[in-house]
Amino acid sequence: MTWQLKVDKTVCGATGMCAALAPDLFVLDEAYAEPVKPEIEPDELALDAADQCPTQAILVTENGKEIGPRP
Amino acid sequence: MTVAYPFNQTDGLDLHEAYFEALTTPGMLRIQMPHGEPAWLATRYADARIVLGDRRFSRALAAEHDEPRMRAGKVTGGILSMDPPDHTRLRTLVAKAFTVRRVEELRPRAREITKGLVKDMIDAGPPVDLVDMFALSLPVAVICELLGVPVEDRPRFRVWSDNALSTSRLTTAEFEASREEMRDYMRGLIADHRAHPRDDLMTALIEARDEQDRLSELELVDLCAGILVAGHETTASQIPNFMLTLLDHPEAMDKLKADPSLIAGAVEELLPFVPLGAGAGFPRYATEDVQVGDVLVKAGEPVIVAIGAANRDGLRFSDPNTLHVENPPEQHLGFGHGVHHCLGAALARMELQEALGVLLAELPGIHVAGDIVWKSQMLVRGPMTMPVGW
Repeated sequence: MTWQLKVDKTVCGATGMCAALAPDLFVLDEAYAEPVKPEIEPDELALDAADQCPTQAILVTENGKEIGPRP
Repeated sequence: MTVAYPFNQTDGLDLHEAYFEALTTPGMLRIQMPHGEPAWLATRYADARIVLGDRRFSRALAAEHDEPRMRAGKVTGGILSMDPPDHTRLRTLVAKAFTVRRVEELRPRAREITKGLVKDMIDAGPPVDLVDMFALSLPVAVICELLGVPVEDRPRFRVWSDNALSTSRLTTAEFEASREEMRDYMRGLIADHRAHPRDDLMTALIEARDEQDRLSELELVDLCAGILVAGHETTASQIPNFMLTLLDHPEAMDKLKADPSLIAGAVEELLPFVPLGAGAGFPRYATEDVQVGDVLVKAGEPVIVAIGAANRDGLRFSDPNTLHVENPPEQHLGFGHGVHHCLGAALARMELQEALGVLLAELPGIHVAGDIVWKSQMLVRGPMTMPVGW
């Protein structure tokens, strides 16, 4: 089972929260965030990062089904 | 050489000359705050980003050290003193209430409040105190409604809020007594919300505690108190600060009056341009040796980030000491960076946009009409009273 990570750079606010919280999953490309790898093993930190993103720019999916940010 | 810190004077908004010197000198400064051990001071943008955004720097470790600080007594607790995963657990509980999307839903209400305040000012007639009648009233009203605190209690929590952000006015015992009073007040409100749940953030946090055990009772109390204080004091200071800055830049002011669509960008420019802090604080401790620019910070050493200086770093921003309301910078550090990036950033932006928008539209002749009294011995700078006419 794998999860997919996406960051919508058009709404990313460059707060650096995700890369500081989960540096193995997210990296700042100069300012804006992007996933280190588009597919990851399930990792609760990815959901935490998606939940905390102030612009809700992070999308976590499992087989196309949205699982983060959590409702 | 170790230099005494903080640098900034509190009777104005200038960035102290010492920061400009630091920005043109290699490496970081060694500073000594009034209390605690010496620290590194990061003034450059690139250095600031590393210290705020790298998990090898810890806020929680400060509790184990003689933390550099303004007050004699050490203050512990609060979400800003935590690292992940504890920080993540609490932040996740409140993050949803402050997303850009949720804040946009509050904008119409904020505009309505703002227009009502300007009407009250006009009814009272000039001169009025912009701080008391407008700058405090808007963020207090918004955060009270969001959190579930009666706005008519403002005179009570105003005192606790001032005390919480004071740097040296109170003894340690007075400071702690004030904090306990505020906690007791919050406990009363929480009990009332438990008995009568409603559609606000306090009720949501109570459910997270009572139904899911995701935070302790003291964490619940301190989180509510922290949101109430942080939720109004900084914005209440920046409203008059931004107005003063625009009055000092009449060309920029005229552009905004002629084209209100520029206001959102102007706020984005003013946020890094106006150094809010009287001095930097909240040291980050290195958990291992970390290279920060030219300096190898050793494990166990604290670094303090001077955000006001980093936002004026000419290596990162072009012409940072001139106000460009039509061309705001991107990725400034006005709200910090990394896991502690200001929870209320979107709310503050929205309130500042609404405040400037309504003031410039309804009181285009606004001007200072008396002596400004500046706050002193506070973590943030700004007028305590600012008489205005129009």
